[in-house]
Amino acid sequence: MAWPILSVVTFLPILGALFIALVRGNDALAKGTARWVALWSTLVTFAISLVLVWRFDASSAEFQFVEKHNWLGVASYHMGVDGISLPFVILTTALMPLCILASWTSIQKRVKEYMIAFLVLETLMVGTFSALDLVLFYLFFEGGLIPMFLIIGVWGGPRRVYASFKFFLYTLAGSVLMLLAIMAMYWQAGTTDIPTLLRHGFPVEMQKWAWLAFFASFAVKMPMWPVHTWLPDAHVEAPTAGSVILAAILLKMGGYGFLRFSLPMFPMASHDFAPLIFTLSVVAIIYTSLVALMQEDVKKLIAYSSVAHMGFVTMGIFAATTQGVAGGIFQMISHGIVSGALFLCVGVVYDRMHTREIAAYGGLVNRMPIYAFVFMLFTMANVGLPGTSGFVGEFLALIGTFKANIAVAALATLGVILSACYALWLYRKMVFGTLKPELAGIRDIGWREGVIFAPLVVLTILFGVAPKPVLDMSSASVAQLLEGYNKAIAGTKTAQAAAAAKAAGSVR
Amino acid sequence: MNEMLTARDLLPLLPELLLGGGAMLMLMVGAFSGERSANVVNGWSIVILVVVAGFLLSLPAGKYVLFGGSFVVDDYARFLKFLTLIGSAGALVLSLDYLNAEKQQKFEYGALFLLSTLGMLMLISAGDLIALYLGLELMSLALYVLAASNRDQVKSTEAGLKYFVLGALSSGMLLYGASLIYGFTGTVSFTGIAKATASGANIGLVFGLVFLFVGFCFKISAVPFHMWTPDVYEGSPTPVTAFFAAAPKVAAIAIFVRATIVAFPGITHEWQQIVVFVSIASMVLGSFAAIGQKNIKRLMAYSSIGHMGFALVGLAAGTADGVQGVLVYMAIYVAMTLGTFAVILSMRRDGVLVENISDLAGLSRTHPAMAFFLAMLLFSLAGIPPLAGFFAKFYVFLAAVQAGLYMLAVIGVLASVVGAYYYLMIIKIMYFDEPARAFERMPGLLRLVLGISGVINLLFFAYPAPLLGAATVAAKSLF
Repeated sequence: MAWPILSVVTFLPILGALFIALVRGNDALAKGTARWVALWSTLVTFAISLVLVWRFDASSAEFQFVEKHNWLGVASYHMGVDGISLPFVILTTALMPLCILASWTSIQKRVKEYMIAFLVLETLMVGTFSALDLVLFYLFFEGGLIPMFLIIGVWGGPRRVYASFKFFLYTLAGSVLMLLAIMAMYWQAGTTDIPTLLRHGFPVEMQKWAWLAFFASFAVKMPMWPVHTWLPDAHVEAPTAGSVILAAILLKMGGYGFLRFSLPMFPMASHDFAPLIFTLSVVAIIYTSLVALMQEDVKKLIAYSSVAHMGFVTMGIFAATTQGVAGGIFQMISHGIVSGALFLCVGVVYDRMHTREIAAYGGLVNRMPIYAFVFMLFTMANVGLPGTSGFVGEFLALIGTFKANIAVAALATLGVILSACYALWLYRKMVFGTLKPELAGIRDIGWREGVIFAPLVVLTILFGVAPKPVLDMSSASVAQLLEGYNKAIAGTKTAQAAAAAKAAGSVR
Repeated sequence: MNEMLTARDLLPLLPELLLGGGAMLMLMVGAFSGERSANVVNGWSIVILVVVAGFLLSLPAGKYVLFGGSFVVDDYARFLKFLTLIGSAGALVLSLDYLNAEKQQKFEYGALFLLSTLGMLMLISAGDLIALYLGLELMSLALYVLAASNRDQVKSTEAGLKYFVLGALSSGMLLYGASLIYGFTGTVSFTGIAKATASGANIGLVFGLVFLFVGFCFKISAVPFHMWTPDVYEGSPTPVTAFFAAAPKVAAIAIFVRATIVAFPGITHEWQQIVVFVSIASMVLGSFAAIGQKNIKRLMAYSSIGHMGFALVGLAAGTADGVQGVLVYMAIYVAMTLGTFAVILSMRRDGVLVENISDLAGLSRTHPAMAFFLAMLLFSLAGIPPLAGFFAKFYVFLAAVQAGLYMLAVIGVLASVVGAYYYLMIIKIMYFDEPARAFERMPGLLRLVLGISGVINLLFFAYPAPLLGAATVAAKSLF
């Protein structure tokens, strides 16, 4: 490895942010510079991250592009990606330029600060997915709260203060418990190095507590029912690009955390707590879908649908079957693209009409045919129509769960029907029907918005028809993860059986 | 004692001698040339503090014990003395513009800073109960005067009086505890007490310990002996408040840790429960009570109560890792506090300092750089990574988890979430609210302090090795 490519991808956006910070003035010129610098930094970052894909060896389950330096004594600066984390890194770098573009005209106040916040956020998100040390991971994971808090609070809607506080404090409260678990793991294993910990094998009793602590953090982040209530608020109040990032990437940190830590490091606890996860997931899928049906606010509806879709992810992951885990990962990537796109769709009409009320829209197809098409595609993908990426993820997650627990899979399938109900209802209300008189002057999407949607449309269909690239990228890592998981479960069970037999023998 | 002291033996005492001599000199200069020399005296006092800090670093390493064990210079003392000197010098730098703007030029100001700092250095190096008391009183007496230094103002004199009366009470308790300990162990030296208590505790000794801790808790403003803090913080002239928040806290926690670790290793179980309780109470009260505050100095008072609770988490662990955590915590705490007070001292409209949190409204638009640094400092005080304050909390909780104090750790981190709320409130006011009238231009010296503190705070994660290394060495020297 000639140059630390992963660090470059991680920290390049911060360089862009520093550059923007040095720009003087607050006039149109400074705003323009900030926008262009942000766009180019994210584009270059994306281009470099493609080198990662190109040089990535998908047949190996090992961490690649590894960098390791001394840092804290307790922890080291250890970076690397494997098949599980790389898709998320790419998702992040790919969506960022689109977010910058989506904010091009809708953000007019404090543009410099806005762009800086987004670039810093990108660094922290990429870092979260590529950190190979628990402390480093925590640093990136929690650090993301600061820019997101400001994004929601400064550029958000009317109830932004409430939403930003709720977002921050909910997430923080979950995470600090994880921090304590990290410390306990450090004293148990003598390191916070993730590859070492993956092989460590924690005592069963400790696994339980550590699993619960990690669960506290990731369940809030995912978010899982019943700690999901921050999400609708945050989504509704955040600016469009903030919602996109929130739905597409920040939520995925929870799923990524389950995959990276909970499942392989605490296999026995994951096994024992799987019924809990299944229950919460099924409740999330059915209950939040029903809640989504009742919404009057477009963004809120999509937010609740996100919670429901994340239910499929947690269900698939903790089914701990090849299809389930692969489906979970795929569903996260797909949801990243689709929900991001849906929020962008909302952003398009919001920029024009400045309302998110579903009732304010109707008959958009008459004035905005291209928009209607794009919106329909993503609605269908959200429902999980075959041929779109949404189908593949849900299907795999359901198959995987079916192998583990038929009842759960059957109940979860209800969610697919419900998602069709609310998504189609939303689409009908907004796009079909007679054109509302206030909407008579609304313009169809322009070239800038077209540029934003084009790659998302392509990817949604591409991954729907040919999901293989994504699945192949992670298959080796998933296989290794599950192999270790099953071995640990079998080992513990044999040991417990032996201990029970011995106890029974001594009684006799 | 028959041993002959040579000049060479006094070398480790050089920083204290210099500081004492400097304080006398400054008093003389001030007394002979009157009030107009105030700026000269205060300026030179900063120079003296910095020079002494430099001397401290250049002195030979190793452990020196002077005056039959009363005065100990080890790596632990050097680390904390350096920190105290930086804290004092920083607070004095913060004072210069304030004194001129408020027409408070008094030469005693700088001299009192020096004398108080001398007391802190004595306290940090104290190796027995007598030296401890001497250092503590020298430090406190100067502080009482400083609190009341704005003598035409009712609030300031009230603060001084309150601090004095309550301080005297706590000194009395501490003395009572010290005499009980002496009575039950027959010695005042920390190492002697350690020997006498190696076999375990008796009721008299525990009584003495409790009273001794009352004195310490008062000085670091830990719950339940924190009542003076909000009033004194609010009433004192703001730079003096900055001084209170930075330097004496370091010295007091230094002696708290030294006395506990060195003198009472045999009865860990007894003192650990007390420290755990005080720590939890301080963290929780600091977090909850700060929420309702409207005055930023009062808020900082509650914030400091909370922070002392977090620092004590490290002491509660009672291990070298725990002490290292305390040291890292205090170093980062001093940096954050000085930066925050640099902003508080620049909240000036029409020549008058304003102190309400609502006065910061929209600061991000009127003074973007100041708002950014303050926001980062507040996130750091809340313990959000990757800022320095996170690492401070990280190390103390790491030690607590190692020591198996899970309850303490869980309550502590949850209290930090509650604490995050009121720091976020200030950030909300600065960033989300509509701007109020702009403040006057920030004086250059305050910018300097804020800049240094902000950079340390932001970039600590990139190069933590020097502080961590020094703290490790310092903590080891106690064990």
